[in-house]
Amino acid sequence: MALRETRQQVLNLYKNLLYMGRDYPQGYTYFRDRTHRVFSKNKDIDDPEKILQLIQFGEYIMNELKALYFLKKYRTMKNRYYQDPTPITSTQTQDSNKEL
Amino acid sequence: MSLRVMVGVKRVVDYAVKVRVKPDKTGVITDGVKHSMNPFDEIAVEEAVRLKEKNVANEIIAVSCGPAASQETLRTALAMGMDKAIHVEIPQPQYDTMQPIHVAKCLAKLATDYKVDIIILGKQAIDDDCNQTAQMTAGLLDWPQGVYASKIEKDGDLLVVTREVDGGLETVKLKLPAVLSADLRLNEPRYATLPNIMKAKKKPLDKKTPADLGVDLAPRHQVVSIEDPPTRQAGAKVADVDELISRLKALGRI
Repeated sequence: MALRETRQQVLNLYKNLLYMGRDYPQGYTYFRDRTHRVFSKNKDIDDPEKILQLIQFGEYIMNELKALYFLKKYRTMKNRYYQDPTPITSTQTQDSNKEL
Repeated sequence: MSLRVMVGVKRVVDYAVKVRVKPDKTGVITDGVKHSMNPFDEIAVEEAVRLKEKNVANEIIAVSCGPAASQETLRTALAMGMDKAIHVEIPQPQYDTMQPIHVAKCLAKLATDYKVDIIILGKQAIDDDCNQTAQMTAGLLDWPQGVYASKIEKDGDLLVVTREVDGGLETVKLKLPAVLSADLRLNEPRYATLPNIMKAKKKPLDKKTPADLGVDLAPRHQVVSIEDPPTRQAGAKVADVDELISRLKALGRI
């Protein structure tokens, strides 16, 4: 039955999101509570098209999370291990506004 | 050309965790603290997976030297796309004194046994910041090395490696087999999602011991103490430039 498949998809989405929530900057509990709230709010929706839309939205959120995690890690590593070399263009005093 | 690539990964304290020193100054608190794969190792794994996707490599193996918990890290590597994993199991007390030289010896032996063509390691581990393992492994194997790689390409039988050095970028051509170390801008590692982690459970994971590899883990260092960096001193305000100059003179700075 298509309904069972959709149910499976939604459950998998929920599990995948919770798995990704472990790395969430504000903590797993924060993430889990909000995810649970959002899923519970939509639990009575019957229209298959609407459900599909919501699943796609869930996948969009997963991609946003992946981007967030990557950028946060990249920027932290960059700031921790690399410094922008300040080019010396003249003998005047350096501008202290270094871009990190 | 079917190359076999081996990637070394390390389980370290997660990069986002605020590390704290143990009260007895023998180390850093690691119990109950979140651990994950070293970020530079993730980049190395991603590079190996991309080499396989480009058909440059045909078998990609992940290796980790550490206690039983290192298997989690190997699972993540498998989930990112590695074909198989090797876990060199090191008991906790020996792991505490393990240094890059020991890891390099293990990797060198494994590379010879498994007939590896390219070893890719992370540039440095974020817990010890040694930046030594790749260089030592290359030395032990007498293989050419391309460390701090920000781009890796294959040109016939050679590897063309663009390295990020202090002055800018340096390009070197290496004969195979070779050892490479991944720098931050080599690639953007993929995230290992739950379905991939589940699939990774079916991939082979071999277990080895240092005795199997004939490596002596006797420590060559002794950690004397581990302390917090000195806390930043509060600054002092001065009224005007004259006072600034007189204060600096008093300190002997000018």
